[in-house]
Amino acid sequence: MEEKNILEIRGLKSYFFTDNGVVPAVDGVDLDIPEGKIIGLVGESGCGKSMTVRSVMGLLKYPGRVVEGSIRFDGREIAGLKENELRDICGKDISMIFQEPMTSLNPVIKVGKQVRETLLIHDRSISREEADRRVIEIFKKVGISEPEKRFNSYPHQLSGGLRQRVMIAMAMICKPKLLIADEPTTALDVTIEAQILRLMKELRDETGMSVLLITHNLGVVAELCDYIYVMYAGKIVEQAETFELFDHTAHPYTQGLLDSIPRIGRNADRLHTIPGVVPNLLHLPKGCAFCNRCELAEKSCHDQGVELREISPGHKVRCIKPIEHKEVTGS
Amino acid sequence: MKYFLKRVIGTIPVLLGVVLLIFVMLRIIPGNPVVILLGEHYDQATIDRLTDLMGYDQPILLQFVNYVKGALVGDLGVSYKYSRPVTEMIMEALPYTIRLALMAVVFAWGLGLITGIIAAVKKNNFIDRMFMGVSLLGVSMPIFMTSLLLQYIFAFKLGWLPMTEEGTFASMILPAIALGWNSAGSVARMTRSSLIEVMQADYIDTARAKGLRKGAVIIGHALKNSLLPVVTMMALQLSSMLSGAVITESVFAIPGIGRLATTAINNRDMPVLQGTVLFTTVIVIAGNLLADFLYSVLDPRIRKGD
Repeated sequence: MEEKNILEIRGLKSYFFTDNGVVPAVDGVDLDIPEGKIIGLVGESGCGKSMTVRSVMGLLKYPGRVVEGSIRFDGREIAGLKENELRDICGKDISMIFQEPMTSLNPVIKVGKQVRETLLIHDRSISREEADRRVIEIFKKVGISEPEKRFNSYPHQLSGGLRQRVMIAMAMICKPKLLIADEPTTALDVTIEAQILRLMKELRDETGMSVLLITHNLGVVAELCDYIYVMYAGKIVEQAETFELFDHTAHPYTQGLLDSIPRIGRNADRLHTIPGVVPNLLHLPKGCAFCNRCELAEKSCHDQGVELREISPGHKVRCIKPIEHKEVTGS
Repeated sequence: MKYFLKRVIGTIPVLLGVVLLIFVMLRIIPGNPVVILLGEHYDQATIDRLTDLMGYDQPILLQFVNYVKGALVGDLGVSYKYSRPVTEMIMEALPYTIRLALMAVVFAWGLGLITGIIAAVKKNNFIDRMFMGVSLLGVSMPIFMTSLLLQYIFAFKLGWLPMTEEGTFASMILPAIALGWNSAGSVARMTRSSLIEVMQADYIDTARAKGLRKGAVIIGHALKNSLLPVVTMMALQLSSMLSGAVITESVFAIPGIGRLATTAINNRDMPVLQGTVLFTTVIVIAGNLLADFLYSVLDPRIRKGD
């Protein structure tokens, strides 16, 4: 069955033009989001995952900008759109929730009003009363207790979990086709995290929207995502369906991320870490961007660039010498 | 509301302290008011009689209590020089000062806010630099210099506006600009930096992600947040405007509170001086209260109060 993609990113390059030089924060990213699927975008801080979605939403901060590439949403090219045309799509067809629910809501406006605003921007004909009713309704749907009372709350009166629910309500109220969630649970407690993730999945099942979930936590994507992209230093280094990625991890970086997840029963004295730090994007190595941190790197890894190539259907990796698949052994 | 009441009650000790301070200070400064009042020809008997009449022979604490008692019912004593009730003289001068201050405030805050916002939106381009350059002039020019400069250019050289107060609106324009010039500069600079900072906030991204356009984001989401520090400064400026009014009123010959105070100093007219300083203090305190109040209106996080 041919899947229809709600979002197709091709060759996206978003650079920061700083005084010290050009920083290729997003460097030639291809990414597809099929309808009704939850897609994970994983990587360390600063690998360009937030910049990728900010490019889609037109939210790149100065001095960053999209240099080239195509972003097609629902068959329409939105990469070169004028600010006002893009704003018509944002909040209605594509909506976004952010990492910090503490600071992502305006502290001086009642949360109900902030959610209602989204509705009023995109539907000029709707009446205030009808809009208020819809806000209460969406509050109920995202699991906010006492929605009428919460409508008149200010953000500082709500807990982090509730605030993130408000953010989700705000993102969902116009029934978007694509929800972009930029580390939606990073700032929350683990119990709240599980609730929020479950809520997002329920909403997807109910509305059939697509979700792009950005996270650095592979545990989160394992639970939720259908397909995963792993990003490193502005490039996609591995992409595969969730089970395939976990079972047949091919890129040493992905393996490093997986090994870094603490597990009960593994009884290790130290947590595994990936040695070294994310390279300075101003001075990337000539070869593979990961070569300096890779335990398996060879001479050729340092010398020549690597292209993304398919190693099995739907599984692509950017590595000269991908990890050979070993059978999973019980511990 | 309870919070506000608490704040109002909290000002009472401040007021009492200020009255005490004025009272003591005016008695420390050299120059016996009785002697000054009598002029060149006097004898000891007259001095004693007047001192007794004016209550200067009473213990200072008793003088203080009597003064506070009088002030509570609006009696600030009688001017030595003009033999008129001080309250009456203040009430007479007040409309001039209020009019001057209001016009200055409207000018300063209006100009400051508008240029500040424009500069923030046009950050780092030509307009921003020009506005900020001019506003730097604003904050660094002393009022007497601005006053004299405006008088020289617009009244003396160009003849567009009257040199001094004549009771007309036109004659108040130059004094109001002179008085507001400083504040306009600092309001503009503060508004600009505050707005630029707020525009970096996460909730601004949220507002844009919702589909709000840039103008609506600034007006609907950024402005209210960015005005918090500006409002505090504005209220504090009320007091600096009062001190500025002393100079402006002298330069432009406006018979307001400031001029009343300067004349009182020259005449060693203690009751008038005391009265005007006390009155000014009340206004400054009221300005600070107003700032607090506006702050809680703008920022719900402060409203809790307890």
